[in-house]
Amino acid sequence: MQKLSSDAPGWNAVRSLVGSPFNAVLTVIFAVILFLALPPFLTWAVFDAAVFPAVPETCRTAAGACWSFIVAKHSQILFGIYPFDERWRPLLVCTLLIGLLVYSIRPSAWRARLAGFWIVALMLSWGLMRGGFAGLASVSTDNWGGLPVTLLLTVVAIGIGFPTGILLALARRSDLPVIRLLSTLFIELTRALPLLSILFIASIMLPLLVPEDLLPDKFSRAVIALTMFASAYLAEVVRGGLQALPKGQAEAAQALGLSYWQCQLKVILPQAIAVVIPALTNTIIVMIKNTSLVLVIGLFDLISSGKAALADPEWSSPSVEVYLFITAIYFTLCFGFSRFADRLEQRAKGPSHE
Amino acid sequence: MNENAISLSSVSKSFGAFQALKSIDLSVAKGERIVICGPSGSGKSTLIRCINQLETHEAGEILVNGIKVGTEPKQLEAIRTQVGMVFQSFNLFPHLTILENCTLAPIWVKKLSKAAAEAKAMQLLERVRIPDQAHKRPSQLSGGQQQRVAIARALCMEPSVMLFDEPTSALDPEMVKEVLDVMLELASEGMTMLVVTHEMGFARQAADRVIFMDQGNILESGPPTEFFANPRHERTRLFLSQILH
Ligand SMILES: Nc1ncnc2c1ncn2[C@@H]1O[C@H](COP(=O)(O)OP(=O)(O)OP(=O)(O)O)[C@@H](O)[C@H]1O
Ligand SMILES: [Mg+2]
Repeated sequence: MQKLSSDAPGWNAVRSLVGSPFNAVLTVIFAVILFLALPPFLTWAVFDAAVFPAVPETCRTAAGACWSFIVAKHSQILFGIYPFDERWRPLLVCTLLIGLLVYSIRPSAWRARLAGFWIVALMLSWGLMRGGFAGLASVSTDNWGGLPVTLLLTVVAIGIGFPTGILLALARRSDLPVIRLLSTLFIELTRALPLLSILFIASIMLPLLVPEDLLPDKFSRAVIALTMFASAYLAEVVRGGLQALPKGQAEAAQALGLSYWQCQLKVILPQAIAVVIPALTNTIIVMIKNTSLVLVIGLFDLISSGKAALADPEWSSPSVEVYLFITAIYFTLCFGFSRFADRLEQRAKGPSHE
Repeated sequence: MNENAISLSSVSKSFGAFQALKSIDLSVAKGERIVICGPSGSGKSTLIRCINQLETHEAGEILVNGIKVGTEPKQLEAIRTQVGMVFQSFNLFPHLTILENCTLAPIWVKKLSKAAAEAKAMQLLERVRIPDQAHKRPSQLSGGQQQRVAIARALCMEPSVMLFDEPTSALDPEMVKEVLDVMLELASEGMTMLVVTHEMGFARQAADRVIFMDQGNILESGPPTEFFANPRHERTRLFLSQILH
């Protein structure tokens, strides 16, 4: 068998296509599933689907998917209960944030000024959404909704949570007992609580404890809760990377005269983070999806605004179509991030090919 | 005034209840080459690691070029820019190229410009005979080449004292010579060197003094000819008979 398989060219071609027997079985199973599932799905989603004109009547007669609903309601799904006449503002914010995310993917963009771009973009986003200056109508965060909420929560929670997580991880390995204890306490407490209860504490208990004029609005409280949660989890992932490094690396850096922070920034962290990129990616993708939990405290993220759009009695509630649409947005965000992380990992692994 | 490069007086160091250094006294003149040998666990590494404060001593005083060694950030920086160290396991930074390994500290600690640091690094890589590998990563080099890079990296900070902790014991036998040759060259240029090694050929050829340590003490100290011809202590004789045969 063995001999035959390595000699016969035809067999080799098959082998290179399906690999080992186990993989061959998997391939067959997937082929069968695709064969059974794809045609009916395509019939529903494409051939029998109704798109134009985007009115309720189109869907009543359609045998397949009702995309007219998405076409008619996309603005409400994407921007929630944000005042209709002001929707150019969240649209601009989403364009800005997505544009900057795409820009940030290129290694040539990774310079100190990128951090500056992000700070400016986030402040601009906040200002545009909130309004109340330069003739822009003021829109309270209670009326924000949809994609900009999801994007802002994600970017801020991870953008602040990641550096905070790194600091927490370093603090947890510090020589100073007080710093070590504080960091350990924070991480363990935060990880011991489900995100839902942290969100409830932020939205229901804080208003009971803190005087009203000192209390940040609901959106800011959600941001803080998500950031805390992300930083505790990311801290533990980074700590795993720190522990994987041999002691000799820090010693060599110290012996050369590098200070503690120079040693961490130039020698330890680049290596520690590179080894945990897969785990970081995993945690960050979970965090992106966790932002949808803010619906329990009454914030309108993408999923809640999709649900709200479905409540229109004129339409026949095409919920599968709406959730597929939202799924596609989440998939783009998460899959895009995971490809980005893959590239980072390749770059960290391979020798530089300048 | 001919002050010492290094002087230790009554230096002690414990790990928990275990005393690794027992009141060590040692003076090293400028330009002197010292080889430290002794059985495993005798405190050789601990001794040289106290000099650049990778270990902190709890009693006694250490002076490097007359400056007191201590744990204050200013003291640490002063000592570590004057004292270079080469480790048994090379400890090159694997995420940086050879050239970046050599320019990291000059750029960040000495605040040299990138161009100046690179010029200096290339000059030293040339001296250890690996300038053509400058843009590779450490993992692409042999052990002997990596250790020579580690020496060049330390020299880029222009130290006045070099510490070596068993620089050849992690190397395949055929690579030992290329590293020892670089160290011999350094010795002939007048660098003050403290070398923990069991390479007795190097000791004979380059050392001004050989020190034998046992159980946290300096048991014996003398010029190599004397040290090898008539060791005074039974422990030294036993040790020499073990490593020379
Ligand atoms: N960080 C540490 N914690 C506890 N004990 C230590 C530590 N470092 C060294 N020791 C102990 O101190 C003693 C001296 O160690 P040291 O590394 O100086 O020995 P050495 O002479 O260099 O030995 P070797 O030839 O094996 O390198 C040993 O018994 C060792 O177990
Ligand atoms: Mg040792």
